[in-house]
Amino acid sequence: MPVTSACYRFLKHPPAATRQPPAAIKGRIHSFETFGAADGPGVRFIVFLSGCPLRCAYCHNPDTWASPPAFEQEPREVLDRALRYRAYWGEDGGITVSGGEPLLQPEFVSELFELAGAEGISTALDTSGYVEGAADDVSIFSNPLRPYAKLLSLADVVILDIKAFDADLHRRVTGRSGEPMLAFARHCAGMGKRMWIRRVLVPGLTDGEADLRATGEFVRSLGSCVERVEVLPYHDFAIPKYERLGIPYPLRGAVPPTPGQVAAARSLLGAG
Amino acid sequence: MLDNEAWKGFKGDKWKTRIDVRNFIQENYTPYDGDETFLADATEATDRLWGELQKLQKAERAKGGVLDMDTDVVSDIDSHPAGYLDKDLEKIVGLQTDRPLKRAFMPYGGIKMAEEACTTYGYTPSPKLHEIFTRYRKTHNQGVFDVYTPEMRAARKNKIITGLPDTYGRGRIVGDYRRVALYGIDALVAAKKADMVHCGYGSMPEDVCRLREEVAEQIKALEKMKTMAATYGFDISRPAANAREAVQWTYFGYLSAVKTQNGAAMSIGRISTFLDIYIERDLRSGALDEKGAQELIDHLVLHLRMVKFARIPSYNELFSGDPVWATLSIAGLGSDGRSMVTKNCFRILHTLETMGPSPEPNITVLYSRRLPKTFRDYAAKISIKTSSIQYENDCVMRRVWGDDYAICCCVSATQVGKEIQFFGARANLAKCLLYAINGGMDEKTRVQVAPEFPRITSAVLDYDEVMKRYDVMMDWLASLYVHTLNLIHYMHDKYYYEAAEMALIDTNLRRTFATGIAGFSHAVDSLAAIRYAKVEAVRDESGLAVDYKITGDFPRYGNDDDRADDIAKWLLREFIDKVRGHHIYRNAEPTTSILTITSNVVYGKATGAMPDGRPAGEPLSPGANPSYGAEMNGLLASLNSVAKLPYEDALDGISNTQTIHPSALGNTEADRVKSLVNILDGYFDKGAHHLNVNVFGTEKLVDAMEHPEKPEYANFTIRVSGYAVKFIDLTREQQMDVIKRACHKCL
Repeated sequence: MPVTSACYRFLKHPPAATRQPPAAIKGRIHSFETFGAADGPGVRFIVFLSGCPLRCAYCHNPDTWASPPAFEQEPREVLDRALRYRAYWGEDGGITVSGGEPLLQPEFVSELFELAGAEGISTALDTSGYVEGAADDVSIFSNPLRPYAKLLSLADVVILDIKAFDADLHRRVTGRSGEPMLAFARHCAGMGKRMWIRRVLVPGLTDGEADLRATGEFVRSLGSCVERVEVLPYHDFAIPKYERLGIPYPLRGAVPPTPGQVAAARSLLGAG
Repeated sequence: MLDNEAWKGFKGDKWKTRIDVRNFIQENYTPYDGDETFLADATEATDRLWGELQKLQKAERAKGGVLDMDTDVVSDIDSHPAGYLDKDLEKIVGLQTDRPLKRAFMPYGGIKMAEEACTTYGYTPSPKLHEIFTRYRKTHNQGVFDVYTPEMRAARKNKIITGLPDTYGRGRIVGDYRRVALYGIDALVAAKKADMVHCGYGSMPEDVCRLREEVAEQIKALEKMKTMAATYGFDISRPAANAREAVQWTYFGYLSAVKTQNGAAMSIGRISTFLDIYIERDLRSGALDEKGAQELIDHLVLHLRMVKFARIPSYNELFSGDPVWATLSIAGLGSDGRSMVTKNCFRILHTLETMGPSPEPNITVLYSRRLPKTFRDYAAKISIKTSSIQYENDCVMRRVWGDDYAICCCVSATQVGKEIQFFGARANLAKCLLYAINGGMDEKTRVQVAPEFPRITSAVLDYDEVMKRYDVMMDWLASLYVHTLNLIHYMHDKYYYEAAEMALIDTNLRRTFATGIAGFSHAVDSLAAIRYAKVEAVRDESGLAVDYKITGDFPRYGNDDDRADDIAKWLLREFIDKVRGHHIYRNAEPTTSILTITSNVVYGKATGAMPDGRPAGEPLSPGANPSYGAEMNGLLASLNSVAKLPYEDALDGISNTQTIHPSALGNTEADRVKSLVNILDGYFDKGAHHLNVNVFGTEKLVDAMEHPEKPEYANFTIRVSGYAVKFIDLTREQQMDVIKRACHKCL
C-alpha cells in the first residue's frame, strides 16, 4: 500500500500521545560486581542497589545506605549487562540482586527477574527481609496489590541474613526491629522458597550462645526449603570506606572471630 | 626401525616407519576420565630426596642465591661425570653438573656475562677460559655487538626495546625429548644421516652449507647424549623398553639441552600422555604399581626442580626468582575430539601434593571445557591449594598448532619436534607513545633515540594528532625491532646453535619469530584518556612533555567497556601488522605476544609519566593485564576485556595473571573448585588465551614479605606474568608490586 501524504504526515507528526507506554521502571543502582561466588549458587552477577532501611553495625557496604544512586538503569539494560558474563555461570549461576536493600525497589527487581526468568537465568534475592509494617500485617507479602508477592514468586533463591533472633539484639545491631524479617522468613518458608540463611558473626555482638541457638531453632522451624546455613566471619576491610564517607565506624576495636568461634557458631546454628 | 622388542604391545605402524611421536601417542594412549582417587602418596624415597633438596635450597638461599658454581669446565652434554642427589634413592638420575644445584659455566652466549655470573657470587672464573673465549673463540654476545648499529644500541640502552637475548641463550626451542625414548639415539642418528644425504644434493648455496653444518652438529650432539647417558650406566642407543627407561631417556634428552643452553626458557614439552603409554603397559603387565608410577614422575619432577643457570644481576631484575621455564604441558584434546587427559596428567599435578608447591616445572594445563570434569575439578583444586598452575586455551591453540604442541616458554605454543621459535623479548609501546608526543626524544634520558619527528606542541593533546604521530613512531619502532632481532638470531645460530634440541626436531622445520609488547594497558588507557577526557601535557623548559594533567573521566581497559577495549584491539593489530611487513630472518613467521614476565618493574622504572595518570617510574602492568586500579567492575569484566584480544593477532600469547581471594571464590572447598572451573570455562569459551591463577589474600603476601623465615613460606609459590616463582625469592620491589596489584575479593 502506498504511503499517502496523510499517512506520512501522521507518522511524522503523530497526534499528542494518548496511550504512551508507561515510563519504564528504573533501578537505583549503586554498582555491579561481575564476579560473585559467595552470594547464591555458582558464579553470579551481583547488582547492588542503593538505599537501605537498616544500619547494621558491621555493614561492609555503608556506601549503599543513602538513596542517591550512582546511576539508574532499566531492567533490560541491567540484564544485557549481566548477560555478558553468562559464559561463566555454569549450571547454577546467574544474577543476584543485593544492596542496599532490594525490597526497597520491588517493582524494578520483579521486572528484572521476570526478564531473566524468561531467558532461563537463575535469580537470587539477597535481603535482610526488612519491610516496614510487615510485622503487623503479614499479608503484605501475599497481597497482590503490593509488589512483594510477584517478586517472591519470581526469585529462585532467597538469601536471608538473620542478623539476630532476639528482638532487642536485632534492634541494637541494625537499628530496627527484627519482627518483619521473621515474618518474611516464615512467609518464604510457607511458599517453599529455596533459602540460604546467613549470620554475620561478630565476637561480642552476634555470637551469643543463646541467640545463636534460638536462631538455629528458628531456621529449623522453616523446614527443608532452607538449603544452606552459613556463618560469615566479620572482617574489618570496610573501615577505609567508612573513613572516606566520614561515617564513624561503629565497631572500632572489634576483631574477626577465630576459626574455633566460627565452628562453634556453625554447630549452634545447625550449619552443615 | 621396522620392529623392536621395546615396542611390544604398542599399536600402529606409521610411527615405526618414520619419526612421528604424535602418531604413536594417538595410536596408543588411554584417555582417563575418572577422578584423582587412584593416585598414590609419595614414597619414602621421594620424601627423603625432597627433604634433601629442600635442605640444599635453603643453603643456597643462605649463600645469597647460589650454592656452588663451576669455574673450570665449559658445560657440554658430556662435560661432567655423573652426579646424584642420592644415588641409592633416585629412580631417575642426571644433573647438569657433577653435584646438585652446582651451576655450570656456559660462555657461548657471552663470556663477559658468564664471568660476571661467577664473580657476583664470589667465584673466580678460570683465566684460561677467559683467554680462549676472548682470543680464540667468539661468543654470541660479541657477534651481536660487533654488528649493532648506533640506533639499535640507543634503543636498547633507553629501553624502548628491552630484554633482548643478546647476552644469553635465546631459549624457547623445545626438542622432542620423547624421541629419545621412543626410538633410541641410533635410530635418530640414522634419520639425521638420511636427511644429510638429501640436503642440497651436492649444490652448495649458503643456506644449504649452513643446514648441512647444522645437521652435522646435531649428529655430534646425539652421539654425546649416548656418552653422557653411559656415565649414568644407561645405553640410550636403543629405544626405552619400560616406563622407567622411558622417563629416564626423555629426561636425558632434556638434560642434554640444559647442559648446553642457558636460554631464558628451557621447556620440556608435552610428555605426560606420551609417558603414560609406557606406564600403562607396565601397570598392565604388573611390572609397576601406582606407587611406583608416581615415584617415577615425582623423581622426574624433582630433577626439573633442580635445573638452574648462573645469571647476572641485571638478568635477575628482568626474570626474577631464578626461573628456567621448565614448562611442562598437560591435557588438551586430540584432533579427533578425544580428551588427551591420562592418569599421568593427574600424576604431574599430584607432584604439587607429594612434594608441595613449586614454581618449576612450569605446569601448564591445556584447557578446554571438553576435558573431563574430574580433571578440571582436580586441576582447580590444586590451583586453589598451591597457586602453581597456569591454564591455556587448547581450543584456540589447537586450531593453529595441531594437537601435539607444547608451551615453549611462559605461554607461547610450538609444535613439538616440528617447529622452533625465535624469542624476541619486547618493544615498549607505552614508551613509544611518549616518543610520539616528544618527537622521538626519550622522556627520561633526553636522548634523541628515534629520528627527530615533529613534536606535539599543543597544550591539550588532540586524539587525531596523537594517533597520527603514534602511527609513524610505531612504524619506526617495529622496523628497528625486527632488524635488531634478525641480527640477534643470525648470531645466535652462528655462535650458540642449539645442536642438542635441534637434533630432536625435524631437519626441515617451521620457524616463528616471536616479537612482544610491553606497556600494553598503559598505551591503551592513555589513548582512551586523550580521546575521552582532557589531557594536558606538562612540559619542561625545553618543551619536553614530562607529565600529564587529566581532567574528566575516561574508560579504561579492564572493565569490559568497548570504548577502551576497541583501542586495545586496534593497538595489537596495528603493531603486529607493522611487524609482518618486514623481511624476517630465515623466513620465519612473525608473531607477537603481550607478555612481560616480572620485567614490568624494570620497564616501568625506565618509562616516564603516561597520559593515563601512571606516574613516572611506576611498574607497568604485567602482560595483558589491565592497569593497576583500573578494574572497577570485578574479575569477570576484567577477564572479558582481555578475552576480546584476538589470539590470531598475538599467536605468541596473551598473558593474564589474576589473584583471587579464597573467600571470593566461595565459602566451601567444593564451592571454590566449582567457581574456578566456571571462571576457566567461561573465559576460554570467550576465546581468551591464557590465565595465571593465584588464590590467596594480600594478607598472606604481606606476612610472607615481613616474615620470609617462617617455614610455611619456604615454598610459597605464586604465579606472576608467565611463570611461577617462590614469593620470597622476589626482590622487595617486586614483592611490593605483586601486593599492590588488584586482588579480587568480595567486600
